Amino acid sequence: MGILEVKNVSKRFGGLKALDNVNLSIQENTVHAIIGPNGAGKSTLLNCFVGKLIPDTGSVMFDGHSLLGVTPYKINQLGVSRVFQTPEIFAELTVLENVMIPCFAHRDGSFRMHAFETVDAEVEIREKAEAMLADVNMLDKKNEHAASLSRGDKRRLEMAMCLAQDPKLLLLDEPTAGMARADTNNTIELLKDIKKKRDITMVIIEHDMHVVFSLAERITVLAQGTPLVEDVPEKIKGHPKVQEAYLGGH
Amino acid sequence: MQLFGLSKKDTLFLLIVIFLTLATPILLQPFAEGSGLAQFNAGYPDLMQRFAIYGIFAIGFNILFGLTGYLSFGHAAFLGVGSYSAVWMFKLLTMNIIPGIILAVIVSGLFALLIGWISLRRSGIYFSILTLAFAQMSYNLAYSVLTPLTNGETGLQIRLSDPRILDGASAAGSLPTTNLFGLAMNDSVKMEFFGRLFTFNVGYYFSAVMAIIVFYIALRIFRSPFGLMLRAVKTNQTRLNYTGVNTRPYTLAAFVISGMYAGLAGGLLAAMDPLAGAERMQWTASGEVVLMTILGGAGTMMGPVLGAGFIKYFENIFSKINDNVLHNWFGPLPDGLENFLVDLVHPFVGKGWHLTLGMLFVLVVMFLPGGLVEGGQRIAALFRRKRKPDGSGPKHQPKQAPHVAE
Repeated sequence: MGILEVKNVSKRFGGLKALDNVNLSIQENTVHAIIGPNGAGKSTLLNCFVGKLIPDTGSVMFDGHSLLGVTPYKINQLGVSRVFQTPEIFAELTVLENVMIPCFAHRDGSFRMHAFETVDAEVEIREKAEAMLADVNMLDKKNEHAASLSRGDKRRLEMAMCLAQDPKLLLLDEPTAGMARADTNNTIELLKDIKKKRDITMVIIEHDMHVVFSLAERITVLAQGTPLVEDVPEKIKGHPKVQEAYLGGH
Repeated sequence: MQLFGLSKKDTLFLLIVIFLTLATPILLQPFAEGSGLAQFNAGYPDLMQRFAIYGIFAIGFNILFGLTGYLSFGHAAFLGVGSYSAVWMFKLLTMNIIPGIILAVIVSGLFALLIGWISLRRSGIYFSILTLAFAQMSYNLAYSVLTPLTNGETGLQIRLSDPRILDGASAAGSLPTTNLFGLAMNDSVKMEFFGRLFTFNVGYYFSAVMAIIVFYIALRIFRSPFGLMLRAVKTNQTRLNYTGVNTRPYTLAAFVISGMYAGLAGGLLAAMDPLAGAERMQWTASGEVVLMTILGGAGTMMGPVLGAGFIKYFENIFSKINDNVLHNWFGPLPDGLENFLVDLVHPFVGKGWHLTLGMLFVLVVMFLPGGLVEGGQRIAALFRRKRKPDGSGPKHQPKQAPHVAE
């Protein structure tokens, strides 16, 4: 039994069948990559994990909870964090404030009327946020405006924000999209480091094969809304079906 | 020195605000009586009360708009509801303003809970339109359908025949005045020194103390984790949702708090002058508080207060400059030039004060998006740069995060 169990999930958008009877089991503490050509349904599948989309049929179970029809903030409180294709951060706030918010959400739950406490007095929260920033080598930028960060730093910040919640499952939607090679390699190192330091399950959706083969322990190839194969990276590389559907095009 | 759980800087800031508020009757009377500039003095009770009351209104509005970015176009509804509640208290219970003001805050809070609960299902322009629609509905209800409750177009007033259970007996003969345990709101102490006449009015000081209290509460909210969440709502609601935060109760709490501020302002308006009319809820009144907040600087602590003062000053002082006054000013000039100048200035003053205000608003939004507060900060930065010309100008330093309360 995996930490994330997807059974018979289908999703149609009008006449288009985006997901067709997807079955997937993600094992705890693994890095699982989902790859596939454009339009294969990778993002649709991910959106079904976080509550953004509700599948037409089938079930999605995370850690014993059904995720169908559950709002994003509740899914997050269960322990699922998401890194977006374009980093979603609080651009108008400082880097430190950006990380303090998930720390508050982790400690206080989805709502708390803490209007008569002061942020400055929350030493524990600030120390935790600073530790998270240190983890991604951004502590020196903690007082900067998040909007002024480089693309790579925004990605690191978003990662720190997700990790501040101690998620059980981290979903990464093309974490290196639009990045220069150096930034991509930094991100790979960062993710490897995160994996080494804590018990965490990661699901990565990625186009960049370099990223996928550096990180993934298991790979699922998706094509036209259906999983073609699932196996360890070494087997995927040489798989004829994959060559034909995906790698052949490169 | 740290007071009331505020940081050193904020304590100083609060003390300055308290000083300025208490000294207002003196500070707003800079010109000698009888001098040509005396009409620019603003230190008379009626206007000072309005500075404090609309300051409260704008501070509350800023908690919603400045922090969460949700632009309500119907906040005057809460102001009006507050006024009606207070006047009803004056009619039924007592002319002491305390019960009236408490009821005003409670009723407007409940009303805000209802409207906010519905309107906050949408964001952006749709939220604004919903609040506008609710406010206009309230206005029309107050104007016609709910006449038994609001006395329609005439407005709700106190009468001799009102029951006033607690102090009805003492009110025989003439209409009673609103008071605070016997201290009449319209009582003033006048003092003359340095050739200037200073009026210390009970109503103003009561409103001023309320304004200081709610300013302090707003400051605490700005500095709290709750305030941080509200600012996070403004900058990225998607991320906040995916961070495990349910944004709806946060925005609703902000909406209700700002509605209660508006209710307090409405109750105070009625306490200063015990009548309530439907026009207090009209969309122009809702628009006014938006203007105040943006003109002063949305999201800053001082901005809304400055904006409220600015607009009320214009409304009361600029509108009094008529052609006679202008002829007086330009009198020493040759006749042709005098008439030309009077004609030139005429559209911008007197009844045309809206034109001046509108132009100012356009200029502020275009060149100072942070409002008057940003203007002040830029001037301060200019001075700072002059003092140390060693290349430590802003360009060479990391950009500082904007501080929310300056």
